Amino acid sequence: MATKQTRALARTMMAPAVIVLLIWMIVPLVMTLWFSFQNYNLLNPMMTGFAGWANYVYVIGDPSFTQSLINTLLLVGGVLLITIIGGTFLALLLDQPIWGQGILRILVISPFFVMPPVAALIWKNGFMHPGYGMLGHLWKFFGLQPIDWFNQYPLFSVIVIVAWQWLPFATLILLTALQSLSEEQREAAEMDGANAANRFRFIILPHMARAITIVILIQTIFLLGIFAEIRVTTGGGPGYASTNITFLVFRTGILSNDIGAGSAGGVVAVIIANIVAIFLMRAVGKNLDA
Amino acid sequence: MARRAPIQTRIGFTVLAWAIALLLFSPILWTILTAFKTEAEAIAAQPTFFPQTFTLENFGAVQDRSDYFKHATNSIIVSLGSTLLGLIIAIPAAWSMAFAPSKRTKDILMWMLSTKMMPAVGVLIPIYLIFRDLRLLDTVHGLTLIMTLINLPIIVWMLYTYFKEIPVDILEAARMDGAELWNEITHVLVPMAVPGIASTLLLNVILAWNEAFWTITLTSGRAGTLTAFISSFSSPQGLFLAKLSAASLLAIAPILLLGWFSQKQLVRGLTFGAVK
Repeated sequence: MATKQTRALARTMMAPAVIVLLIWMIVPLVMTLWFSFQNYNLLNPMMTGFAGWANYVYVIGDPSFTQSLINTLLLVGGVLLITIIGGTFLALLLDQPIWGQGILRILVISPFFVMPPVAALIWKNGFMHPGYGMLGHLWKFFGLQPIDWFNQYPLFSVIVIVAWQWLPFATLILLTALQSLSEEQREAAEMDGANAANRFRFIILPHMARAITIVILIQTIFLLGIFAEIRVTTGGGPGYASTNITFLVFRTGILSNDIGAGSAGGVVAVIIANIVAIFLMRAVGKNLDA
Repeated sequence: MARRAPIQTRIGFTVLAWAIALLLFSPILWTILTAFKTEAEAIAAQPTFFPQTFTLENFGAVQDRSDYFKHATNSIIVSLGSTLLGLIIAIPAAWSMAFAPSKRTKDILMWMLSTKMMPAVGVLIPIYLIFRDLRLLDTVHGLTLIMTLINLPIIVWMLYTYFKEIPVDILEAARMDGAELWNEITHVLVPMAVPGIASTLLLNVILAWNEAFWTITLTSGRAGTLTAFISSFSSPQGLFLAKLSAASLLAIAPILLLGWFSQKQLVRGLTFGAVK
């Protein structure tokens, strides 16, 4: 039904969205690239001009970069591990015939709607504070010395908070996928004498594979950019112990006013995200087409 | 679900599920309870579960200290404004992609999705400088603009998956019956498109409300949203746990309620229609 006229109309209707996104994608990115090769520090206006690779050498050469990169991988990997395993388990549990399923779903999904700074501060003060946090009370109850989580285990603490926020998402997606598995299929497997472990391994897991890959893909996009949780809890510290790449760029560019070095960090962050994206897309691609 | 299960199994699963769900919900529950305690009770060495002296003074104190209503208003304007603006741009685009797809439609959709993969921090510095030069830093309209851009791909995708489900035959049937273009739009298309648009609106308001990278980096006092409001509580000053809980509750309550109604849309929207 697509005549020449409708095709022209379709293009016109699409144009605003495409143009706006094209500008949004290209202009700032080109500017970041440009700044990354400039001497540009807001505190030192005398220093200008072409910097060559100096900003990159400065950013990548600093020990804080290696640590931030490792922290980023640990943060993304740790949260993915917890949410995928925990989410699969929870989805299987919620799919059982149980009482109060509706209310349970609401309770489980709730953390996802808590804005990141609130989630971080609830955990920091209400739970992980050694003096008056819930966990502190619990430790004291068992006669143990309360743990100062953010000083002793800064990155682990951030991982716990972020995992708490994303576990509901994984659970909800996996539960939705699980519920689309037909009853006949399960019953047929049961009749054929497959036990629970085999039904999970050969029927449920393959059915959920697509949903799991989607959860990994989407969470990775968001997890690479974790920011607020770090900002309001540890501020990236102690030292650089809980600084990820996102926070490192913020620290260098905005807090320290070093536009050149911050931009170089930004370019590196984009490259890392692209490597991850290509890697993921390739791994996920087969699963998505099927 | 009509599966036969022995009653003991059912009880066992129910208990386990409730225990885990309550554990996951406990940080939120604890915040709600603490919000109504006095500061002294909130940090007492012997913790109480229910507030011993039920008080509302924390809410008043939070309003006086950081002006909750101003930040809440900013949050409403930014999340609703950016979503509406996004819809205005996205509806025609999604419409034409769903009803007059060309060979490149899939590529354009994938490209839009890929813009979401660009880390925000990669463009933070130029956006910050552009905003500074155009005097957009710490303004509600500047923030609304950014929020529109970052959520536009999701809005287009969600609408596309909804529009795709509207059967084209119905349009042709209406045309055969002699419906004029205007009637076709108001009587046939709009009623079928509204639920999808409403779902998209709901999910994107939630996403924009909770966005905490640009809202924190681009605002300070005037245009601060609730995410910035809460972040101002990050450095403890004396007795403050009860007030922090009250502030947290105020910041998440509206969206928690909206969120409970939008579980289905959430799955669809955040998986770009891949899981329904």
